[in-house]
Amino acid sequence: MADGSIGLWTVPLAVFGGAIRVSTPFLFVSLGECITERSGRINLGLEGTLVMGAMSAYGISYLSGSPWLGVLAAGITGALLGALHAGICSLPRVNDIAVGIALMLFGTGLAFFLGKPLIEPTAARLPAIDFGWWSDVPQLRAALRINVLFLVGVAIAPLLYWAFRTTRWGLLIRTAGESADAARAMGHSVLLIRLRATMVGGFLAGIGGSFLSLFYPGSWNEGLSSGQGITAVALVIFARWDPMLCLWASLAFGGAAALGPALQSVGVTSGYHLFNAAPYILTLAIMIITCSPKRTLTGAPAELSITR
Amino acid sequence: MDFGRISRRHLLQGSAALALGSTLGVRSAAAAETTIGFIYVGSRDDYGYNQAHAQGAAALKKLPGIKVVEEEKVPETDAVEKTMESMINLDGATLLFPTSFGYYNPHMIKMANKFPKIHFEHCGGLWADKDPKNAGSYFGYIDEAQYISGIVAGYSTKSGKLGFVAAKPIPQVLRNINAFTLGAKLANPKATTQVIFTGDWSMPVKEAEATNSLIDQGVDVLTCHVDGPKTMVENAARRGAMVCGYHVNQSPLAPKAYLTGAEWNWEALYPKFVKMITAGESIPNFYRGGLKEEIVKVSPYGEMVSAEARKHADDVKAKFMAGNYTIFKGPIADNKGKTVIAGGTDRGQQDPELEKMDYLVDGVIGATA
Amino acid sequence: MTTDAADSVDAVGVAPAADPGFLQRYGASIEYILIPGAALVGALAVFGGFVAIYGKNPLDLYFYMYYGAFGTWFSWQNTLTRAAPLILTALCTALPAQLGMVIIGGEGALLIGALSATAAALAVQGAAPVIVQVAMVIGGVIGGGLWIMLAGGLRQYRGVNETISSLLLVYIALAILNHLVEGPMRDPASLNKPSTREIGAANMIGSIPGTDVHWGLVFGLVAAVAAYILIYHTTFGFAARVAGGNIRAAKIVGLSVGRLILTICFLAGGCAGLAGMIEVAAVQGRTNANLAAGYGFTGILVAFLARQNPLAIIPVAILLGGISASGGLLQRRLGLPDASVLVLQGIIFVFVLASDALYGRIGFLKGKS
Repeated sequence: MADGSIGLWTVPLAVFGGAIRVSTPFLFVSLGECITERSGRINLGLEGTLVMGAMSAYGISYLSGSPWLGVLAAGITGALLGALHAGICSLPRVNDIAVGIALMLFGTGLAFFLGKPLIEPTAARLPAIDFGWWSDVPQLRAALRINVLFLVGVAIAPLLYWAFRTTRWGLLIRTAGESADAARAMGHSVLLIRLRATMVGGFLAGIGGSFLSLFYPGSWNEGLSSGQGITAVALVIFARWDPMLCLWASLAFGGAAALGPALQSVGVTSGYHLFNAAPYILTLAIMIITCSPKRTLTGAPAELSITR
Repeated sequence: MDFGRISRRHLLQGSAALALGSTLGVRSAAAAETTIGFIYVGSRDDYGYNQAHAQGAAALKKLPGIKVVEEEKVPETDAVEKTMESMINLDGATLLFPTSFGYYNPHMIKMANKFPKIHFEHCGGLWADKDPKNAGSYFGYIDEAQYISGIVAGYSTKSGKLGFVAAKPIPQVLRNINAFTLGAKLANPKATTQVIFTGDWSMPVKEAEATNSLIDQGVDVLTCHVDGPKTMVENAARRGAMVCGYHVNQSPLAPKAYLTGAEWNWEALYPKFVKMITAGESIPNFYRGGLKEEIVKVSPYGEMVSAEARKHADDVKAKFMAGNYTIFKGPIADNKGKTVIAGGTDRGQQDPELEKMDYLVDGVIGATA
Repeated sequence: MTTDAADSVDAVGVAPAADPGFLQRYGASIEYILIPGAALVGALAVFGGFVAIYGKNPLDLYFYMYYGAFGTWFSWQNTLTRAAPLILTALCTALPAQLGMVIIGGEGALLIGALSATAAALAVQGAAPVIVQVAMVIGGVIGGGLWIMLAGGLRQYRGVNETISSLLLVYIALAILNHLVEGPMRDPASLNKPSTREIGAANMIGSIPGTDVHWGLVFGLVAAVAAYILIYHTTFGFAARVAGGNIRAAKIVGLSVGRLILTICFLAGGCAGLAGMIEVAAVQGRTNANLAAGYGFTGILVAFLARQNPLAIIPVAILLGGISASGGLLQRRLGLPDASVLVLQGIIFVFVLASDALYGRIGFLKGKS
């Protein structure tokens, strides 16, 4: 069209753009959680980690002027929260799901508490790389302005896949997740393995949070996450603890989140609340189709409390 | 109105004694001050709706003999009833400002009936004769400011396509969308406004996605009606679109993209209310006003606003200030072709029909359900 | 997960049974008071340190917390009002926990319960209030019950993890509620707050005589006691606990695990649905988005803090109700942000969970030393 509009193409383009823009936090949290869960522990607290990561990244970026320092701070904050989770869970008879819910509250609350003065200022934002220079379509160019963190996330997924299968480190994590006794028999401390796995998981989730506040939507406020962290934890189970499936699931989720607004922009307006809930309905539907009552989930770490 | 006056005088005489009496035993409560309670539904530094009210509250804090107590993020459940009661019982508040629409009925009405000596001023509600006389509702005709924004937007758009990121299809929001569109059509009769509803008042990711979708459709000037416009303003500016702000002045966020904006002016209204009470006057139970009454204002124009746009906008603004301009002047058709305001009918700002608006005018792309 | 029922059996079993000393006989019971109490004190100390860093006096903090939650008759009523829905939503997590299931979707059942209760009330409108109220109870319980039963059924017959599905169902329930109140079920007169029609003032269930606390508290207390009796004093409850301890053993002794799961999930969802019904019938008078106030999520916290014991839920809900009741005072008197309540809840939760490690390990309670 002459006026630069792309009409109905908006919908697939928005879903494509959304898959890139919206998926990154899901990707980081789900990959982080994937590591933690493979070691035999579930950390539902990553919602709190995500929000804390977003807040601390924004704060540090604002104070230092360097968004990358913010990303680092978010990662460290996440790792500390992970250590807290692992530390409490290593006490006897402590339920990891409950600790996760506690840290979800604690992380969110602390982030809101400390983040009050950060809502108004504008912090330095992460740069984008222009991958759409070859195109004349401004909408496509906009969709292809991609942040490095997204690429990092996309690279981590196959790396993890490979690492779980072939490295000593991956084998240790999986052993701790499949049979704590076997890991102990090999002379390793299960608690230490899980501590490290939870800290790495928290580190990644924190970075996922920094993407929210420093790139897209790109500022700190209290509605920023609205459940993305907990949804990402759900994605891991949905993705059968497979890092590559985490990647695809995150992309699908990001795209689905863009569907509601995009459909409205081309005139599909009725039932917009239901379209906005599309990601959740989609996840549930796929889980219903792909799960089976006869066997435990393929790929599920045997030590994981929710699958036992 | 007589009852209202009596009760308010009574309130004034009794206020000092009341404040003292009901706070005995609480350490930090001060006597001989009028305590005013503000209740916000969201965070009071949200760069939007709640911050606008908090700025109004801050203006009151500067007045002598006034103590302001505030509570933020109070949900629209019985929690707000308890907050009001707590402010009255424990802080000795004699004037309360519950600032969110959902506080009105049943919560504030219930409290106003329970505490006939306390005065309640609600933002956005529609006080009716059946409601308690010690309660009142005030609101600003911010659609006047949106109309001015629309004029500026109409001149500034190159594609003729404007965008509106809105929370929910309710009358207050629809009225803003319609006024913005009618203003734009004054400048550019072919202009259209595309609207996307995000479904709730604070959904940053949805707001950002809506902003991107609108710009993908060729929209080059955007405005919004959500609690915190920061997300829309920043994301639109990043994509090179221009914006009109809402609630408070967001120009520091995007000085190069910020055309103008519709702002609340509670800093002017709230001290006025308090002075009226101090002087023994009554605040009308149903208090409304626009630019002329200084309840709303228009952000200063950004650099890129053309001289032509400024002139036209200033002309209309002057007419609003003089009180002889009508936005919703028939004939007006909705975007399905149905006449919603017949030719020859002027729906002035005070017209209660406008508070029930359930249509989008011709030129708006979108639907109310 | 390890169920708490199993834990308590362990704790009792560990204590040597021969010597009938006081500590030995009651050691386990004392532990259940002493350990959470110590954890609470520890959490308050840490939170006090936290606000001290923030420049506030911790002693003021404790005073206002006590004063706002339990210091006056008004504070008590405030606390109990807030505790009422929490008892019911906590049961939505605690009941399935007996079977080893982790349900975190009470919020969704609450919303669906509120919707179906409202629909039931509107369906029999005009009937005697008692009939309308009974219809609402039935509607709320069935609506909420079926919603969680869906999660239970998906787990039993499709192997879908119930923690995840119940969470996803919260978002879906919220979308359904918003869709219905803005569309098919909307009262055209509900202008700026899209809502269903009102159930009518005559049909509201009102307050317990002599107080401002609504009847929801009584519903909660009755439900918690009934749940306790069901779980610990009936064959059905025994079967549930057997299945919770070991599904295979349960199958061997011929228990129908599927039926247990569906029944328990229905009852659990029914409790949360009842909470939704009460919000409509005692507070809001209609269904709208205000109902999504997070009671379902706080209920999860209550259930875990109460170690999934239906009776322990009552004091824990009152404690958390008290914390949220005092939150307002912390904002107004100490200038702490609203999020302090969340931080404190998080710290308490962490301490209480960590203290789980202490059971059966306190020397003097074992009576050996």
